[in-house]
Amino acid sequence: MSHLSQFQTFLLLSILKIAVVLVITLTAVAYTVLLERKVLGRMQNRWGPSRTGPFGLLQPLADGIKLFLKEDLLPLAAERPLFIIAPIIALACSLISISVVPFGAVQHVKGVDMFAVADLNIGLLVILGITSIGVYGIALSGWSSNNKFALLGSLRATSQMISYELALGLSLVGVVLRAQSLRLRDIVDSQAAHGALSWNVFGGFQFVAFFIYLMAAYAETNRSPFDLPEAESELVAGYHTEYSSMKFAMFFMAEYANMITVACVATLLFFGGPASPFGHLIPTFGGAIVQAVLPVLWFVAKVLAFLLLYIWVRGTLPRFRYDQLMSFGWKFLLPLAMLNIIVTSLVMALRG
Amino acid sequence: MQLALFLIFGVLAVAGAINLLLQRHPINSALSLVVVMMSLAVLYWSLGAEFLAAAQVIVYSGAIMVLFVFVIMLLNAGEEEHTTGSRIAYVAGFPGAAAIFCLLSFVFLSERKAMGGTDLGGYLSHSANNIAEISRLLFRDLLLPFEVTSILILVAILGAVVLARKEQ
Amino acid sequence: MSAQVPIAYYLVLGAILFSIGIAAFLIKRNIITIFISIELMLNAVNLTFVAFSHMWHQVSGQIFVFFVMVVAAAEAAVGLAIIIAIFRARQTLNVDQINLMKL
Repeated sequence: MSHLSQFQTFLLLSILKIAVVLVITLTAVAYTVLLERKVLGRMQNRWGPSRTGPFGLLQPLADGIKLFLKEDLLPLAAERPLFIIAPIIALACSLISISVVPFGAVQHVKGVDMFAVADLNIGLLVILGITSIGVYGIALSGWSSNNKFALLGSLRATSQMISYELALGLSLVGVVLRAQSLRLRDIVDSQAAHGALSWNVFGGFQFVAFFIYLMAAYAETNRSPFDLPEAESELVAGYHTEYSSMKFAMFFMAEYANMITVACVATLLFFGGPASPFGHLIPTFGGAIVQAVLPVLWFVAKVLAFLLLYIWVRGTLPRFRYDQLMSFGWKFLLPLAMLNIIVTSLVMALRG
Repeated sequence: MQLALFLIFGVLAVAGAINLLLQRHPINSALSLVVVMMSLAVLYWSLGAEFLAAAQVIVYSGAIMVLFVFVIMLLNAGEEEHTTGSRIAYVAGFPGAAAIFCLLSFVFLSERKAMGGTDLGGYLSHSANNIAEISRLLFRDLLLPFEVTSILILVAILGAVVLARKEQ
Repeated sequence: MSAQVPIAYYLVLGAILFSIGIAAFLIKRNIITIFISIELMLNAVNLTFVAFSHMWHQVSGQIFVFFVMVVAAAEAAVGLAIIIAIFRARQTLNVDQINLMKL
């Protein structure tokens, strides 16, 4: 590889990173669906999918083949270009935000950071921005399919996402104040001193912010208990009523990819990211490769825990009513987030 | 690299703006403006204003334009029809806009040498960070205007609520 | 790699966008589209602000853009509320038909 220039090495390694992360994310999306069905099944005293392959492990593959082979319906009265582009926007936005997530300790190979696709100095803002662009996918899908239920579902989803975006953004300010940076690596480093004790959620006293973030993020991803946009009993299927085949699969994948993004961000901002919970209590062992892979394993374990929490909440809580949802967001979460910012900055000013 | 960025996203912005002009349906115009805003965000980034690039995406394309799309969806606005008023606007509009464009670009291009060029420097890597600089200026020297804008937003919220409320 | 782009090109791009905004403002008959073209003009001006701030190596221009964004957000909220109120009263969005105040 020595005959390649610096730029060419950078380009090749970046493409490699993008390909690997994309494949892993898409596989994770497929298996999150299976995990959800299995865990939800057990919670409701049934087996969940168990026939396809050992323990039903081939179920995502079968689902994928089924969705691929279905007929791709296009309603006669739909706005063609927008109808086609809406699921693409939704899926693309949910996949792009993974690219700024650092999922391992800093590990330079030929001057390229191997465990983050892009290490930006405004990584947190990029994630927020991409999330806010994702609203278009849902808004346009409902409008362009020319269906009353879809339109109502997308109106609900849009207003819900705009409302909860505020609480989501404000809940992260405390963390940014503590880290004094918007770079995700810096935010992770600010929590790495004493293992779990210095994580933002425990040592940083950001647990209020963490719960605000969690609730707002559940609403942002349109998941239970905030899944009003796709409330089956009221709106058929919400904004994706008219979608079928691959376009429906794209919405489906976007939802689960968003779940994974939310889990990643929660891990990074509140639970120390790829840092080990024991800090320096356990001595370093193994070679350089073990030390490089271990943080990635911690990160995956934390993300998995968040995904399980998602499923647990879905299996436990009933759906909100629409007015309850709005007043909860505006009258409870938003003032609480502001209070959290004030208290955090006061404490920091008094200490510093 | 910078030239490539400028060419790609500049052309994209102009194409989006022209599409805004040509489309008949308001939702298509709104979406073309979103394209313009996103490409402008990339240009801001290439000019070393990464905070503004993020703010552009979050505030403009993520909040303001979503509000536009939301209202268009809510009112279910159809395609616009042409009236006699628009013909006069055609006659007066295009020459006027073209004249302003010619004037502006003549001034800019004649002063081209004096204004110099852009250099990427450490902007696209992590070495330079202008967020600290912006916040220092914003929260120390310009604290009063900042607070005044927050009052302005409060007034705007109240005004919007009063205006859009259904009369009993 | 390090091909410089003259600041003037950014300014000309801003001028193009601004002129298209003016043309759209004059030609469009839908009140929402007119509002959208105002936003386009604001964006064009913002681009020139950022370009000048890069040219002088000062962040004041960027802060001005920040304020413009804030004011644009307030303007959009109030403006769209007015549009909704007008639509409720007149059932139309065409500016040529909203002419009660005209003689």
